[in-house]
Amino acid sequence: MTMTTEQTPRPRSTGETPRRSLSSYIYQRETREIIFQVILVVAIVALFYMIISNATANLRARNIASGFGFLGNVAGFDISQSWISYSNVSTYGRAFMVGLWNTVILAAIGIFFTTILGFTVGIARLSSNWLIAKIATIYVEVVRNCPLLLQMFLWYFAVLKQLPEPLSRVDGVVKSTSYALPGGMLLNTRGLFTPKPEWLPGAEFILYALIVAIIGTVLMARWAKARQMATGQPFPVFLTGAAAIIGLPLLTYFIMGRPVQFEYPELGRFNLSGGFVMLPEFVAVLLGLVFYTASYIAEIVRAGIVGVSKGQKEAAMAIGLSKGQTLRLVVVPQAMRIIIPPLTSNYLNLTKNSSLGGAVGYPDMTQVAGTINNQTGQAIETILMLMGVYLTISLLTSAFMNWFNKRMALVER
Amino acid sequence: MKHLVKLGLAAALAVASASSAALAQAPKTLDAVKARGTLSCGVGTGLAGFGQPDDKGAWTGLDVEFCRALAAAIFNDPQKVSFKPLSAKERFTALQSGEIDVLARNSTWTISRDSSLGLAFVATNYYDGQGFMVKKSLGVKSAKELKGASVCVQTGTTTELNLADFFRTNKLEYKPVVFEKNDEVVAAYDAGRCDSMTTDASGLYAERLRMKNPDENIVLPEIISKEPLAPAVRQGDSQWFTIVRWVHFAMLNAEELGVTQKNVDEMLASTNPDIKRMLGKEGDFGKGIGLENDWVVRIIKAVGNYGESYERNVGSGSRLKIDRGLNKQWSQGGLQYAPPIR
Repeated sequence: MTMTTEQTPRPRSTGETPRRSLSSYIYQRETREIIFQVILVVAIVALFYMIISNATANLRARNIASGFGFLGNVAGFDISQSWISYSNVSTYGRAFMVGLWNTVILAAIGIFFTTILGFTVGIARLSSNWLIAKIATIYVEVVRNCPLLLQMFLWYFAVLKQLPEPLSRVDGVVKSTSYALPGGMLLNTRGLFTPKPEWLPGAEFILYALIVAIIGTVLMARWAKARQMATGQPFPVFLTGAAAIIGLPLLTYFIMGRPVQFEYPELGRFNLSGGFVMLPEFVAVLLGLVFYTASYIAEIVRAGIVGVSKGQKEAAMAIGLSKGQTLRLVVVPQAMRIIIPPLTSNYLNLTKNSSLGGAVGYPDMTQVAGTINNQTGQAIETILMLMGVYLTISLLTSAFMNWFNKRMALVER
Repeated sequence: MKHLVKLGLAAALAVASASSAALAQAPKTLDAVKARGTLSCGVGTGLAGFGQPDDKGAWTGLDVEFCRALAAAIFNDPQKVSFKPLSAKERFTALQSGEIDVLARNSTWTISRDSSLGLAFVATNYYDGQGFMVKKSLGVKSAKELKGASVCVQTGTTTELNLADFFRTNKLEYKPVVFEKNDEVVAAYDAGRCDSMTTDASGLYAERLRMKNPDENIVLPEIISKEPLAPAVRQGDSQWFTIVRWVHFAMLNAEELGVTQKNVDEMLASTNPDIKRMLGKEGDFGKGIGLENDWVVRIIKAVGNYGESYERNVGSGSRLKIDRGLNKQWSQGGLQYAPPIR
């Protein structure tokens, strides 16, 4: 702010103040800056004023109701998947929340898997194994260059057509025709059916055991780091931690006399009933999003790793670190600084792209809001709500990633 | 502080300048259509019998012919229509925003659409009801046996609401699978994703033709709702509303009086006063609604009367072969009843 004003030459004090005409003001830099800014602000405010007043006038002229009162009315339609309780006598507001949760959960699961797949493929592209590197290259080039919506249709219709119907009827005899998968899972056109755990009394101790194991692992990791700093002796944190997190709850399960039972899907009149169902729509959208976004993340990861100077790797090798240790302790932490900012924008893309899910029947927020819009005619209100929610989700994601980025940046010395 | 002052000044200026700019009044729809030279008509994204482009890209169907009749009445040329295919979700917003002049897209007339959506439905051009289609192999004879079934349905329709009501009142559970476009509903049902598919009965007969094996599917006998399908216009332009409504009535009156595409020229010489009035030989009825007096002649020459249009698109002359049923003239025991032209 101050840097330019201090450098502007001050008028020389010659004893008499020269009279300045109006035109000299116009030619002054500061005046012109103010004039142009005022014009810009006037234009923007005028534009918004016109848009809003025009819209309200038109809505009034056409007798279209406005306001958010409709959110309290009964929705009357059903939604195929909801994580919160919902029925067709719930309100429009509730229906919107169902869509919101469907979007958030899809995005969260999608981000988790796409990160794993993206990092794997990115590292695979740099592999010295010719076949692995080529497969990764082909994957990236094909998936990245096809439209996402098309890929979702491919996953949905092409894969759905290959699956068997849940049952067949020959001369009145009903027979299950689903693919049986390990663990009591069944796959057919209606989705992936898995056994659903039922918690009996005593099952809460398994959860406690899990929490204890996680806290214990965190403490152990700290202790191990401190010990390594002090004595240089490493400790197998990962293996011990994994053993504790899996072993302790399992042990409790048997000690408490197996308090968890599984409800297996059974054959009904039209379909399997019972158990936990993953709808084909959900799977198609998830696969579409994960594979598409991972192809971008793979390239970001590759760029990040290549961006770490060769000297770093050579230095790590020279002090006797193994190949895995070099990657884990030297290359990846430095690569992360390059990777995180573009990674954030890909997470945001995934979240926003989840709005394509409606095309294959996944009831995400956009689809539910579209239905609400159609049943109530409140186009402006529903679009504003959608924009508000997507903006909030995106800003929260970016805030978290910026915090994470700052933390990673501190690693630099 | 200095910046705040600048901003405040700018905002004040902006409001002052904007409020002085008066809002332009929207022109009359008829004048707008005449000035543009074509009628903009919202139709479905492809439903056999009602609105579908043929292999040459020309639109055909009952709703399409309604728009052609309207164009003929205004321009004396049934080709002066530009068709805008709209999904169920987009249709009302397109009409509200003025993107189309009339919506002829098998849309159900309901009170909420007449009130809060700001639409005005003109007259029912097809009386329909919602039904279910199932695979024959399921052995289902009635919709009440569909407990636990998955049902494919299109979003943003009265169908979706009726479906929920039907299962709720009969205390049956079901699994809805909801798609945005009709094509996806049909594709998913055909791929075995759903046990049943539901829409207006006319739509079920039309979509059955698109299945891999049409004969393996049956339409269940229950009709679970009233679906009066009607063209709609925006509220607030009563002249346009009257014109669109009377185009439908003119086609009905022509059928009742026996005026067809073939005999319309001979009928001009008729001595029947009803026919003389309808065809513009007597009175100024066409001018009265803002058109020319030979408006009905133009309509009948372009698309024929209601009965002809029905048989050609959805009735015995089409692949759908849907019985006239409720859509017969009132004098034949149906519900189609047009006020007289006089």
